[in-house]
Amino acid sequence: MQQLLNTSLVGLTLGFVYAAFALALVLVWRSTRVVNFAQAPMAMVTTFVALVVIEGGASWWLGLAAALASGLVLGAVLERAVVRPVQGGSQINAVILTLGLFIVLHALAAVVFGNRYRSFPAPFGIRGLEVGDRTVALTPTGVFTIVAVLVVMALLVALFRFTDLGLRMRAAAFNREVARLLGVRVGRMLTLGWALASLVGSLAGVLIASGSLVHPGFMDSVVVFGFVAAVLGGLDSPVGSVVGGLVLGLSLSFVSGYVGSQLVPLAALLILVLVLLVRPGGLFSTTTARQV
Amino acid sequence: MRAPTPALPDAPLARHLLLAAVGLVAVVLVLQGVSEFRRFQLAEMAYLGIAAGGLTVLTGLNGQVSLGHGALMAIGAYTAALLLPDRDASVPLPLVLLAATVVALAVGAVVGVAAARLHGPYLAGATLALAVAVPGIALYFKDTLGGEQGLPVVLPEPPAWALDTAYFLTGQELTTSGYVALIGWLVLTVTYVLLANLSRSRVGRRWRAVRDDEVAAQLAGIDLGRARVSAFVVSAAAAGAAGAVLALSVRLAAPSSFTLTLSLTLLAAVVLGGLGSLTGALLGAALLTFLPQVATGLGTDAGLSDIQAAELAPLVYGLVMVAVVLLAPAGLAGSLRLLAVRRRTRGALSTTSKGTAR
Repeated sequence: MQQLLNTSLVGLTLGFVYAAFALALVLVWRSTRVVNFAQAPMAMVTTFVALVVIEGGASWWLGLAAALASGLVLGAVLERAVVRPVQGGSQINAVILTLGLFIVLHALAAVVFGNRYRSFPAPFGIRGLEVGDRTVALTPTGVFTIVAVLVVMALLVALFRFTDLGLRMRAAAFNREVARLLGVRVGRMLTLGWALASLVGSLAGVLIASGSLVHPGFMDSVVVFGFVAAVLGGLDSPVGSVVGGLVLGLSLSFVSGYVGSQLVPLAALLILVLVLLVRPGGLFSTTTARQV
Repeated sequence: MRAPTPALPDAPLARHLLLAAVGLVAVVLVLQGVSEFRRFQLAEMAYLGIAAGGLTVLTGLNGQVSLGHGALMAIGAYTAALLLPDRDASVPLPLVLLAATVVALAVGAVVGVAAARLHGPYLAGATLALAVAVPGIALYFKDTLGGEQGLPVVLPEPPAWALDTAYFLTGQELTTSGYVALIGWLVLTVTYVLLANLSRSRVGRRWRAVRDDEVAAQLAGIDLGRARVSAFVVSAAAAGAAGAVLALSVRLAAPSSFTLTLSLTLLAAVVLGGLGSLTGALLGAALLTFLPQVATGLGTDAGLSDIQAAELAPLVYGLVMVAVVLLAPAGLAGSLRLLAVRRRTRGALSTTSKGTAR
């Protein structure tokens, strides 16, 4: 019983992080029809930026702010400089491009920040909360993770639902030509979409790193989990990506707790293949069978 | 597309076999003239080239991106390691290579069936998951697959006739690394001849048709799924053979050899050389093999630490990969060929009347 509860709690916390990461992938996919495989190294780089700020004597919160700001800038710069030219071209080129960025950012981080494990501080305690006389596997940092992801999601929903800017971004993503004719600066909206996605990815990166170790490769498996979560939700739906992230976090936590942590990526692969074979549109597809 | 050079025979099979024979002779000559370390590097180039050849056929001719070829190489390497546990292992080497190929082929068929229904980013994501997942299997089944340390591979003694022939031909004793490099290049040649023939045959034309226009291909009576799965299976088999050669060369099959980076750099090699071109794949493999040393040397000269300098090579691949996609989508080999074609056309145009030619 104890283990069941703890496994679920760990899975829930992880699930929220995967959800944030999946959300970043979905934001990019919706605005530019590119799956940004470089999202993980981008978040890794901004997490290192945060670490440098924190090790320079600033507080954890300033580090988070630095990560988010650098994420915003990195996303915008990459979209404008590198991704824009392959827009509308063949899918394969876009995929190869983001993978090239993956390699570049990875190597660059290893050259600049060093290729070793460094510990990243946590904003709150990393000891389990005590409920009654038992310690459960939910840490104050874990609670903060969940709250932070929920707040960011609420802000994004507010942006897309209630603001003029959000409406323009949705228009640009929905139909580029029509949006342009109606006076929307589509290019800017796409850049902004990438910047926002990169910001959400950076948040996920800092949250994963908090109270743990960072290394140029520490986000590599997260891109797989984030992708699987996004596909679970249909790759097109922000709500779906959140639910997909939670489902994936819980399932992987159970695999890790009851089978073995080494098989977690394999479980993610099996889930992905099953979803794609059974419901190619994801669990939350609103459109009829889209071609995968 | 490519007009056969007049000096070479017209039939593809004859031409490929002739090129292969010339290539093998060249390899033997090079191998005996270089140092032990270079022989080791040439073996590395051979296995990277084999895997890249398989990948370029899949990505270039059939339009499927696979990030899982490192994982398929791992399957080939572990198969070879399980068959060659100690000196007394009685499995002959050709059988080991064949077994590694067949096992990878079988896994490739399973993955391919799932992959055939996927497109672009979905396929890339699924194979990315494969690349991350497979090393975990080796860690989980510690007892049979050796866990983190991996499985040692014992290279069987070269047969006496091979030693004698080598001595007779080159006047030198055949060293172990020379032997491995020779095996690697032999496998590479066989693989490339098979791949080149396949891609110029009816099967290859089907792959290209599916890549270029699915609807048109279907109207022409091509089974899309079958074409995709067959391309994946062929490509996986090549990766399996490459994995076996890798295991023979480093005498070890360990999870650390088959990281995500391996899969990504294979893709980089294929993109650098030009998608779909076997020459390009070999060129890419040569870059992957020889660039790191040069880049690391330059890095340490510029005052970087060894560990930092070691990351310069991937940095270069990545940058070149991005640049190739942005500036020269045909890759190195493809761009050179385009340049040659353009030159030839211009030459032809200037000799004919200028007004009518377009």
